[in-house]
Amino acid sequence: MQTANDANKTRRGLLIRLIREFRKGTLEQSIDRIPYEMRPKDADASRCCIYKDRVVLKYRIMAMLGIAVEKETDESRQLSEYLRDANQRQQPDSDILSVLDVACSHCITSRYLITNACRGCFARPCTFACPKNAIAVINGQARIDYNLCIDCGKCTQVCPYHAIIRVPVPCEEACPVNAIRRDAATDRQYIDFDACTSCGKCMTACPFGAILERSQIIDVLNAIKNGEKVVAMVAPAIVGQFAGQLGQIASSLKKLGFARMVEVARGAEKTTEHEAAEFIERMHNNERLMTTSCCPAYVETVKRHVPELLPYVSSTRTPMQYTSEEIKNQDPSAITVFIGPCVAKRKEASEDLNTDYVMTFEELGAMLAAFEIDVASEPEIELEREVKAHARGFATSCGVSSAILVEMKNSHPEMEIPELKSEFINGLDKKAVKQLSLYAKGKLPGNFLEVMACEGGCVGGPCAIGKVTLATRAVKMLADKK
Amino acid sequence: MDKVQVKICVGTTCYVMGAADLQELERFLPDDLKDKVEISGSPCLGLCRDENYGSAPFVTVNGEAIANADVNSIIETIRKKLT
Repeated sequence: MQTANDANKTRRGLLIRLIREFRKGTLEQSIDRIPYEMRPKDADASRCCIYKDRVVLKYRIMAMLGIAVEKETDESRQLSEYLRDANQRQQPDSDILSVLDVACSHCITSRYLITNACRGCFARPCTFACPKNAIAVINGQARIDYNLCIDCGKCTQVCPYHAIIRVPVPCEEACPVNAIRRDAATDRQYIDFDACTSCGKCMTACPFGAILERSQIIDVLNAIKNGEKVVAMVAPAIVGQFAGQLGQIASSLKKLGFARMVEVARGAEKTTEHEAAEFIERMHNNERLMTTSCCPAYVETVKRHVPELLPYVSSTRTPMQYTSEEIKNQDPSAITVFIGPCVAKRKEASEDLNTDYVMTFEELGAMLAAFEIDVASEPEIELEREVKAHARGFATSCGVSSAILVEMKNSHPEMEIPELKSEFINGLDKKAVKQLSLYAKGKLPGNFLEVMACEGGCVGGPCAIGKVTLATRAVKMLADKK
Repeated sequence: MDKVQVKICVGTTCYVMGAADLQELERFLPDDLKDKVEISGSPCLGLCRDENYGSAPFVTVNGEAIANADVNSIIETIRKKLT
């Protein structure tokens, strides 16, 4: 979920520029100038100076070209050279996120801070609340001795002036699995890719825009330019991302050069069928719990951090995988591009032979802007085929459970259907990850656990454009249509 | 008195550059302005094609176009129109 801020605006503006130059065929000549054009010498700086702004822009463009910034060995290498690498590569990288050290502000690690609101009062409850005697009042102000402080936060609760605040490190705070950390030796923030689930929460949390996502936009643009049959597979969350109807999005995609648009909701129909059948089977075999498999960041969380829950994860493939498979079966030469709000899908796609590339809604939006296409002004073309309404609901939290419930009732009227006792985790955070292991141990109720890594479901994804509230409403309207 | 007409461009470029976030503008209006303003979405105003894309999103207040619009600049312009 993105809200207006300068980091988002800059990133989107940059993407639009890049794609516009690509479209004109002038990217190779102009790419090295972009940082200078965006921060000319008399411009206001966003960071300490325009020179730093330019360097950050350069790295940001590298990431948009799909290059891993941390693998840079020659600082003087030009963007045009990286562009040539990107144009020639056959396959994108599988690690997706990078920390851009020059943009990182190296946030202070001390978590509790006594502000000027402290009046050095007579009662001094903070000094009593602290279990480690880490607080003393010096010169009329309370001070924390950080060698003693254990970050318990008891002091914040007792201060009558609310003078003690918690200063978080936003990326670390946002990461549900503690995969982003400070390296003590170099004092640099880094991502531990063995632990990272590619959820993208650090990326949206960092107010310095220091976490970069490696894009595959150049690969997609090149495939279209080379005349390949590029198929746009749009995630159900696309409804509500742009002003305009689904049929208008389909014609906009054609105008961009995609051969056709296929709704991933078609794959969601298959996921629902299989998942409903699997649920019935598992319950008949007296299993205790089944949990969803469609959210890749959640499945990675289970694999890497809660392996005891893995036997309960549905073995049903995701809507994206079914959709790609169907397209490749029809035409093996087709290039499949998943378009969604998700960072983790890039990881999932890198392991799925049938999905070639992943684009985000943000990138699609930038592409439309660069091609000067206004979705709502496009003619509405008829969709390839009608999709069952409930399959479109996958994009919102609780959508999977409702789809499965409908499916069980409709498709298996002859069978004795087990009762669906759904439980939901709407957004993964540190606390929710702990909850997952309780589910594995059978300490929590329910026999069906639906988990979405993003709050609100896919509509709340890190690369969405539309507001969650409005997008949810739009998705639900289509999903509830009879 | 006629209400101040606020039109938020929901063309794709504006939407991507921030108009999506302005969809809930009504919630951010100060109480004294709430009944003096009428907010609507507008099809692409075509202003983004005027050279610089960086200046989307566009909003018009009684016909006056605001580039790079955000909640504060919109409210400021509304107040100007009311005086």
